[in-house]
Amino acid sequence: MTYIAKPQLHHPSLPSNAIGLTRRDYEGRISTLCAGCGHDSISAAIVTACFELDLQPHRLAKLSGIGCSSKTPDYFLGQSHGFNAVHGRMPSVLTGANLANRDLVFLGVSGDGDTASIGIGQFVHSVRRGVNMCYIVENNGVYGLTKGQFSATSDKGSKSKRGAENTESGIDLVALALQLGATYVGRSFSGDKEQLVPLIKGALTHGGAAVLDVISPCVAFNNHAGSTKSFDYVREHNDAVNRLDVILGRTPIKTDYAPGEVRDVTQHDGSVLRLKKIAADYVATDRNAAAAYIQEHQAKGEIVTGLLYIDPEASDLHDRLGTTRVPLNALGTEDLTPGAQALARINAGLR
Amino acid sequence: MPDQNLTQPHMAQIVATNDFVVKFANVNGSGSASANGLFAKAVIRMGVPVGARNIFPSNIQGLPTWYEVRVNGEGHVGRRGGVDLAVALNPQTWDDDLAGLVPGGYLFYDSTKPMPPSKFRDDITVIGVPLTAICNTAYKIPRERQLFKNIAYVGALSHLIGIDPDIVETLLAEEFASKAKLIDANVRAFHLGRDWAKQNLEPIGLQLKHADGVGNRIFVDGNRAAALGAVYGGATVCAWYPITPSTSIAEGFMEYCEEFRTDPDGSKRYAIIQAEDEIASIGIVNGAAWNGARAFTCTSGPGISLMNEFIGLSYYAEIPAVIFDVQRGGPSTGMPTRTQQADLLLAAYASHGDTKHVLLIPGDPGECFTMGALAFDLADRLQTTVFVMLDLDIGMQEWLVEPFVWDDNRQLDRGKVITAEDLEAGKPFGRYRDVDGDGVPFRTYPGTHPTKGAYFTRGSSHNSMAVYSERGADYTEGMQRLLKKFATAAELVPPPVIQPAARPTRIGVLYFGSTAPAMHEALVTLERRGRHLDALRVRGFPFSQEVFEFIAAHDEIFVAEQNRDAQMRSLLMIEGNIDASKLTSIRHYDGTPVTARFLIDAISEKMNANAPEKETLK
Repeated sequence: MTYIAKPQLHHPSLPSNAIGLTRRDYEGRISTLCAGCGHDSISAAIVTACFELDLQPHRLAKLSGIGCSSKTPDYFLGQSHGFNAVHGRMPSVLTGANLANRDLVFLGVSGDGDTASIGIGQFVHSVRRGVNMCYIVENNGVYGLTKGQFSATSDKGSKSKRGAENTESGIDLVALALQLGATYVGRSFSGDKEQLVPLIKGALTHGGAAVLDVISPCVAFNNHAGSTKSFDYVREHNDAVNRLDVILGRTPIKTDYAPGEVRDVTQHDGSVLRLKKIAADYVATDRNAAAAYIQEHQAKGEIVTGLLYIDPEASDLHDRLGTTRVPLNALGTEDLTPGAQALARINAGLR
Repeated sequence: MPDQNLTQPHMAQIVATNDFVVKFANVNGSGSASANGLFAKAVIRMGVPVGARNIFPSNIQGLPTWYEVRVNGEGHVGRRGGVDLAVALNPQTWDDDLAGLVPGGYLFYDSTKPMPPSKFRDDITVIGVPLTAICNTAYKIPRERQLFKNIAYVGALSHLIGIDPDIVETLLAEEFASKAKLIDANVRAFHLGRDWAKQNLEPIGLQLKHADGVGNRIFVDGNRAAALGAVYGGATVCAWYPITPSTSIAEGFMEYCEEFRTDPDGSKRYAIIQAEDEIASIGIVNGAAWNGARAFTCTSGPGISLMNEFIGLSYYAEIPAVIFDVQRGGPSTGMPTRTQQADLLLAAYASHGDTKHVLLIPGDPGECFTMGALAFDLADRLQTTVFVMLDLDIGMQEWLVEPFVWDDNRQLDRGKVITAEDLEAGKPFGRYRDVDGDGVPFRTYPGTHPTKGAYFTRGSSHNSMAVYSERGADYTEGMQRLLKKFATAAELVPPPVIQPAARPTRIGVLYFGSTAPAMHEALVTLERRGRHLDALRVRGFPFSQEVFEFIAAHDEIFVAEQNRDAQMRSLLMIEGNIDASKLTSIRHYDGTPVTARFLIDAISEKMNANAPEKETLK
């Protein structure tokens, strides 16, 4: 949301991807967020992920709600249609958009206020419906645009910039997403690009509801001692369960990982998620184990990150509804209108 | 058998052929609805027009419910007011049902336990039929005793008022075509009641005669018609949340889509989501329409209240949406199973800030179909929310209307959409630019072109290129264009239906929606009494120019509506800058559909009060 146009000059030696686009082709307008904001790092990770996936920018639709995080879709993928919906209601708008054209890739960007407070109902129901989407929560545990109120993901006992203590329980969106039946659940940290980019790539290529909770410290209102979402706190308490590589079908699959530490998961679209285990006992395909693992570590004040759960057999809302393969928005009059003869039959049945 | 001969011999009885009102008083959940429906359909099959209204509580079992059937050979199928024959089968409402009878009317009741004469009136005819005793003798299973009692009273009535038994048998055969066993059982029960009546009772003064007053008209409720309109209008996405009285629109859409939109391999050319609430419903509709699908939701007043924020987004970001609002009694939870026209102002100006919305106002289920389909063309053409304003009386009651018509040459009007070919050919695109001078901009669907045509949709202020802007000039330019677009809408909504009086007059009446049939009957009666009124039925908002011309051409306009606050009158005053003293309000808002007699009395009374010379004849 800026008045300043970004220069369109490209450096001639910028590398291009398989469809001939450079990283610049995936960028958007200049960010108006505070310098050092974690959200900008996430935007950069989205740009990298889409570039590396060779995604055609116009075949992705980016949707968001209201808040600092929800402003960011203006700052990446300038050739994609974007939709800044009303506060907390991105999931329903994304659901409708997805129903209209199942051939697009849907990226939903939201914040902890947008998702865990005003929009928790829509978050919950879009996930349990299995909408095919990459839903990123840019989670800073604070209301930034209105200057520093606690959010529903603020941990109990954490302190605001003014020193007030949060007395309400925090919502763990990852645990919630698991319970709701999300088929791809990950958590990461805006400051950990190496972990975040592959997680986003995996989510964008996943064939169902993918939820990423990305802790993204607010430099203005939630990056002080006493906050559990500050850069320092997260770095000290981050406990990664795995490291992820996304291997697209056309890339030769490397086999240089030691057996026992690597697990390949093939997704519907043929991409392979290669999980490099860090926590020896972590199995990312067991929903119940994942939930238990997260809670055990949370009790110790540790923030578990990585790909926490994946169902490689994921289905999505269209599978469940039995919708035609043709996007609904491409159907014409003859596909949709039964015609005068059918109407005459209906009339006859109403006499 | 108890003595049923309770007729007061000295009293005048109503004598009428093909023109009377029957009201059934039942307990809900007792299975009476299908018997009552059978009664109404049998009258229609005899060629006599019927208006039938199910008056039911917000409850599943045990509370009073009524079914009022207006029989009128001349085709007046609105409520008349008053009851000629009460079929009083609910002791809870006995006193009210008795009181509702006009003098000379008839009371039909289950005389298994005869009522003492003190429970009757001396100006009516009482007809006792021991329904319970008859059915207890004939049936052993309690459920059968109850269910067949309903068909048995239809049988008894068939003798009393002259319903053709062959027609009833045909209807039962059609109804249970797939369950032959039930045909025989129901026919038997029908004759059980009929035979008893034949042996014990004389036909009454209210009689049915075969006529030719129905033609090829169909008997259908507005919700079903609206659902069919959505199918023909090309809707592919329906998101809804159950709420009385709109639920059967979504259910009807589901049913028709299964029939007409399923591919041979079982895949569906539609998607229906029962959402978690009305906010999600309208969010899904906005998302789908933004992405180029035709989408709708159906709801009632409380749902509209919840949807307000999205309706404002649709207005300002210019996203098509169709909302069927089946109005019920408000405010708050109000009277969920009663009818009102009380969401007009809510819908017309929904959401914060300066907003105005397009309303289509059907006057019967036939128009629910045509406007249901038209709404999607208008939503795409105008890129905004279009409301279709039904009410419970139109939505949930079956009306006798002309058959649905569709022109096979008609193509869905997708409005101003720029395609990849247009962009490739160099057609300039600015999302909110007024290229044609009608206030309606062009849009692109997401995913159209790799490098051209993308834009950012937002509810925050934006310039004509869809870029965020807080500049006052950008903002006012956009808001002024939206006004221009609204003026364009006034030319696209269905024009009013104007019916001039038999003689020139300076007095007019303006009405809309489900008031139509009662008003038509009232106008005929008033005309007979020498009260000449030009009539205009509003069918859309923003108002067409014809509406204001009609008002300008008269000295006084009666505005008839079914809400307390004269909302249509307010809309006319606000949008047409009309002098309040010119618009005389007539309001009926107790939750029951307005009757012809109410309108006749209200209009006559006001005309008398305004001095007889005001009724100037030129």
